[in-house]
Parts: sequence; C-alpha cells; structure tokens
Amino acid sequence: MEKLIRLEDAVNLVRDGDTVMVGGFLAVGTPERLIDALIAKGVKDLTLICNDTGFVDRGVGKMVVAKMFKKIYASHVGTNKETGRQMLEGETEVVLVPQGTLIEQIRAGGFGLGGVLTKTGLGTLVEEGKQVVEVDREKFLLEKPIRANVALLFAEKADVKGNLSFHGATRNFNTYMGAAADISIVEAREVVQLGEMCPDEVVVPGVFVNYIVDGGAL
Amino acid sequence: MDKQQLQEFIARRIALELKDGDLVNLGIGMPTLVANFVPEGRDVLFQSENGFIGVGPAPTEEQFDPCIANAGAMPVTIVPGGSFFDSAMSFGIIRGGHVDITVLGALQVAENGDIANYMVPGKMVPGMGGAMDLLNGAKKVIVAMEHTAKGAHKLLKQCTLPLTAVNAVNLIFTEMGVIEVTAKGFVLIEQNPEYSLEQIREATGADLIISMNLKLMA
Repeated sequence: MEKLIRLEDAVNLVRDGDTVMVGGFLAVGTPERLIDALIAKGVKDLTLICNDTGFVDRGVGKMVVAKMFKKIYASHVGTNKETGRQMLEGETEVVLVPQGTLIEQIRAGGFGLGGVLTKTGLGTLVEEGKQVVEVDREKFLLEKPIRANVALLFAEKADVKGNLSFHGATRNFNTYMGAAADISIVEAREVVQLGEMCPDEVVVPGVFVNYIVDGGAL
Repeated sequence: MDKQQLQEFIARRIALELKDGDLVNLGIGMPTLVANFVPEGRDVLFQSENGFIGVGPAPTEEQFDPCIANAGAMPVTIVPGGSFFDSAMSFGIIRGGHVDITVLGALQVAENGDIANYMVPGKMVPGMGGAMDLLNGAKKVIVAMEHTAKGAHKLLKQCTLPLTAVNAVNLIFTEMGVIEVTAKGFVLIEQNPEYSLEQIREATGADLIISMNLKLMA
C-alpha cells in the first residue's frame, strides 16, 4: 500500500469534531507542517490529546490560537497563555492529566489493554470519579485507555513502509500515538526508499503508520 | 540576598546532596540551577522527562540542536553515556523507582509531606506535567523553595491548595534552612546563621522541631 501522500491530502483526513493526538513535547518533535496546513484548511471542534499546548507561535499551540479545539487533554498548558485564557473563560474545556498517565493511557489504547494501574494522582483531584483498585494491599488508580480518530506525528526518518527513526528528544509521544489512532499520519524530515533503512534502526515499525508526508529538510 | 542570590544559595546547598551514581530529575526554575553547582568530579546523571538521560549544559552556537531541549524547552546538550527514549520509557524510569532524587519547587508543603505545586484554582492552572509521577516514583523528593511567599506561610500543617501528591516530600531546602519531613512533623536539621531560630519558627506555619544535631547551613 502506498503510504506517501501529499500534505493537502493528509489534512483532508482530519474532519470537524475529530479527536486528534499530536506528537511533540513543547514543540520539540511536533509535525509543524501538518499543523500549519490544518490551520490553513480550518478544521474545528476538535478534541486534542497532546502532552502540552506548546507556544502561541510554535507547535500545537498555533491550533489553540486558531480556536480549533473544544476540548484539550494535556499534562501542562502553562507555556501557552491562550490556552489559559480559553480555559479560564470557559471557551475550551481542559483536562489536566499527569504526563506518565497520559502516555500510558495512549499506550493502553493502542495495545489492547483495558487500562493501567498507577499510584500517580492518588489523593489528588486526578482521583475524582475514578476507580481505586487494590493489588496485594497496595492502592492504585485505574486509568482507562484512550484513542483518537487521527494521530499527527513527527519522525526524523521514515521509509516508504512507514518504519520510523528519531533524532534527539523528539520521540516523546510520537512512538505510541500511531497505535492508538484509527489513522496515523507521520511528517518525516526525510523519506527513504525500501531497503534504505536498517531494520536495527527502526524505533516504530511501519504497522502503526498509515500515511507519510515528506516534511523535507526543515 | 536578592532573588538570584537566594536561589543560587539554595541550589548550591542542594547540589551537595547528590551522590556518585545518582540519577536526578530537576524541575523547572530554581531546581534547574542545581546542575550548575554539582561538585567537580561527582558522577551524577540528570534525567529529563521529555526523553533522555544525560542532560548536559546549554549548547554553544555550534552545538545547538533544536531537537535537544530539556523539559522546560531550553536548549541543552547530552553528555557522553547519555541516551534518548520516548515518554513511556521515561515515565517507566520515573514511576518504577529508578530516579534517585527529584528536586521540585512548591507552593505549599504540609508537615506530613503533602505537596501542592501545580495550580491555584481560578488563577494559575499550568498543569502538573510530570510532577505527580516524579513525586510518587522518585526515591527521594527534595523541595527547593523560598521559605515564605512574601511573608505568607508555605510550610503548613495542611495544604490549602490542590495537592500534587500525598505524603511525598522528604527534604525542604529554603534560604532559612534545611527541613526534614518526619513522622513527627517538620524537623529543622540545618540553620542559615543569617536567621534566628525565632525568625525561622515565625516563617513556618506549622510546628518546627529543632534537631538535636542542628548544623549550620553551608
């Protein structure tokens, strides 16, 4: 199956009202071109699942400024004033999730697990409305799996089968979100032909990648 | 002491707590300064929750790589022997008890070790990021903070702000001294001689036990 698609076709895979996962950590490892193209297209009423909301001019934060989200799940929104404003004025619902819990919920969503048990959040607001499970007399919070319609991801290198490799601290949420979304689109800085990527080098197997956009040298 | 001197004084003292072989995670702000004062030759590795072990100093112009930033989005380097990984691995390291020491800031700490450091409802809601996981998973939790917030107590019998974690803090370093959180409450184990015991007591919103082995804060 041909996975390499044009940027303009990629953004048409995202529809109003979709839940989208976006890779990146404070705009490191974020698919900036996909984001810019989505803003240009003007999708709305999205639910975002992302580690953070980046900055007003960088990363997923640009989509916050463009008011594309009705709901946001993130571990941290403090670097984007616009997220704070939308949250405090009731324009956008923000659900704060501990970072380690968020990645595990995504992992569970993609890997066929019914959830994860963690001590993180016990005795805090995070516990509200959740089941506390006792295992060998130790208490844990049950955190349920989460999934999305589309995952927008970034990789340093992809081959045409969607096998991915990374550079520096860009792996963050990019390695698991593809598994937890119905459609995953990867913006790769470099796209190589079949056989040009050493199997030892592959961090994410292409099975989790539906589409690749050639990000070119950024 | 002005604000910068005060922060450096606290960070310098905390740096002495780091032992050979320790894996350490530093929070944003004052905790980050601790890395600047690690004694020469001490074999300490820093973890950054966005996905690597071996955080090094800020890069020179030639070293600068936009894909290598710390969890506060500041450009950094990676030291020889370092490694990159994704968020699932990163929080496995954190929750799994493989981080020896975490240093975090705090808005409030209670005498039983409860800590509040991620939101002020209705005012400042940046989110917990990785703090809840670090507080639950790190073997030793160190708080770096000013003793009071412009005179308002931060060390309390009970926190009034939403908790980040229950019963989590081990040691608190302020400009006035070093306080250990014990089953009996706050114990002053080091005193900055610039402040009298009376002044430190007054600045503390809970009972303060003076250690039998009270030392001067270096």
